[in-house]
Amino acid sequence: MSPVSAPSAAFPDASRYRLVATYAVLAVVACVVIVPLVAVALGGFKSLGELRVNPIGLPREWLWTNYTDILSSPSYWRMLKNSLVIAALSVIVTVLLASMAAFAFAHIRFLGSRLLSGYFLLGIMFPMATAAVPLFVLIRDLGLLDSYMAIVLPKVAGGLSVAIVLFSNYFRQMPPELFEAAAVDGCGHWRYYLYIVMPLAGPIVATVSIVNFVACWNMYFLPLVLLSSPEMMTWPVRLMDYTGERGSDWGLICAYVTLTMLPTVVVFLLAQRHILSGLTAGAVKS
Amino acid sequence: MSASGPGVVGDQRSSRSRLLVASFLVPAVLIYSVFMIWPMIQSFSLSFYRWDGFAPEREWRGLGNFAFVLQDPVFWRAAGNTFFLMAFEFLTVVPIALGLAVLLAERLPFVPVFRMLFFLPFVLAEVTTGLIWRYLLDGNYGLLSNVTLFGLNEVFVLADRELALFAVATVMTWKSFGFHLILYIAALQQIDRSLYEAAEIDGAGAFTKFWRITVPLILPTLSVSGFLIVVSSLQAFDVIWSLTGGGPSGATSTLVSYLYEDGIGSFRMGFGAAVGVVVFALTLVVAALSRGVTGRWR
Repeated sequence: MSPVSAPSAAFPDASRYRLVATYAVLAVVACVVIVPLVAVALGGFKSLGELRVNPIGLPREWLWTNYTDILSSPSYWRMLKNSLVIAALSVIVTVLLASMAAFAFAHIRFLGSRLLSGYFLLGIMFPMATAAVPLFVLIRDLGLLDSYMAIVLPKVAGGLSVAIVLFSNYFRQMPPELFEAAAVDGCGHWRYYLYIVMPLAGPIVATVSIVNFVACWNMYFLPLVLLSSPEMMTWPVRLMDYTGERGSDWGLICAYVTLTMLPTVVVFLLAQRHILSGLTAGAVKS
Repeated sequence: MSASGPGVVGDQRSSRSRLLVASFLVPAVLIYSVFMIWPMIQSFSLSFYRWDGFAPEREWRGLGNFAFVLQDPVFWRAAGNTFFLMAFEFLTVVPIALGLAVLLAERLPFVPVFRMLFFLPFVLAEVTTGLIWRYLLDGNYGLLSNVTLFGLNEVFVLADRELALFAVATVMTWKSFGFHLILYIAALQQIDRSLYEAAEIDGAGAFTKFWRITVPLILPTLSVSGFLIVVSSLQAFDVIWSLTGGGPSGATSTLVSYLYEDGIGSFRMGFGAAVGVVVFALTLVVAALSRGVTGRWR
């Protein structure tokens, strides 16, 4: 159980058994994670009859119609588009507003700076779901129900707290010489923000963007409450409706789940470094 | 947060510099205040009224909504389920993630691959997770369709009033353990190795080292992780809704599913807001308690 063992360069006999045991445990857990995902992906290639007798194995007959039916339906592409537009808008607005606010907190000294950054932290404590009712009323009174903005605005508001913390931590670590040099050249704060700070903020922009994108792409509760027409629906809500309509047509549902899971998995594999650092940093700071 | 940065403008009281600060902050403050803080305040005030969400007039009920919530057996069932989920998450996620983190903090080949794999369920959508397991646990088609248990041929886990809540809790553990694992690994890697070497010289065994060095040093991370477990259990909805829909007959209902079904879904806005306030209050209480407990232990 020793938490940090001796360097793995040399393995005496005792630690060789430990090594085998370690990998055995890791492999078992890896199976627990992977087998369900693969089973569902393969399930999409099976007929209902085969699903009954062969839940996990390779399909005896590869059935492509489940996947092609979904891919050729316009409503599938429409809901992906809705999710994509909402997530992209939320990410852009969050990055812009959070980086501006964080820049002020990190680089401008002003009265009430502490108070205001504390005010932004309130959002971390407050669970969005508990404000669902007033949010619904607010969005409706603004005439935004069933529009992209109905989701984007609350989502941005909810994501600002963590994003501002991440940006200000990053900005504070930038060398002060940068600003001194800029000030000598007569560079104002806005130009400093636009031409010097932001071009150097690539990694943190990536982290905040990806974390918010995944959160937005996956969300279910807000669209469930704030969107209503099929034309506006995002994929998680549509997926749930679909399973409601199709009862236990599991082959089709498996294919549907796989196709909607795929973008998340690809984005995660491409950007896992940013996702891991962003999510854990956001959590630790709270 | 005092600005120790370089960008100190000469005269802070000039209206020009006030305008400058405002130009950076106003958009964020505006959106945050309108769409986060305002609904938050509203949920408190709305909870004192009876309102269907449409009528121009709201009927004052005082504490009536809260009184109704607190004597509603459906609420207590949802609350009981929610606290069961919280306890289950604590008892499974913390030991599993900590155990694996100890293994994965070492620099062994393939460790990054495992780390990434274990984190994968956390980035999947809640709805996706729910549906994956609804399929796998389906008595007719999923993993258990060919399993014979206690002489029963087809086990319908999610339709069983006793088993369903355990199944839901297990799925939530499956989804979130990887996230806590990453938190723990980060904390473990910051521990100074010389502490362990010193302890070894003093003859400390692995067990002693773990409880006397590792645990106290990662306690801040454990308490963050505990707080996140509290918050996510109190708000549990998406995974459960897609897995069981709160059924069978309320066996897996939670506070948020209660808020959704009996509040918004039944057009009882004041009542739903009251449930929201209760959830918020519970979050604060449990967070304060957990902070107190870890503080004293330290």
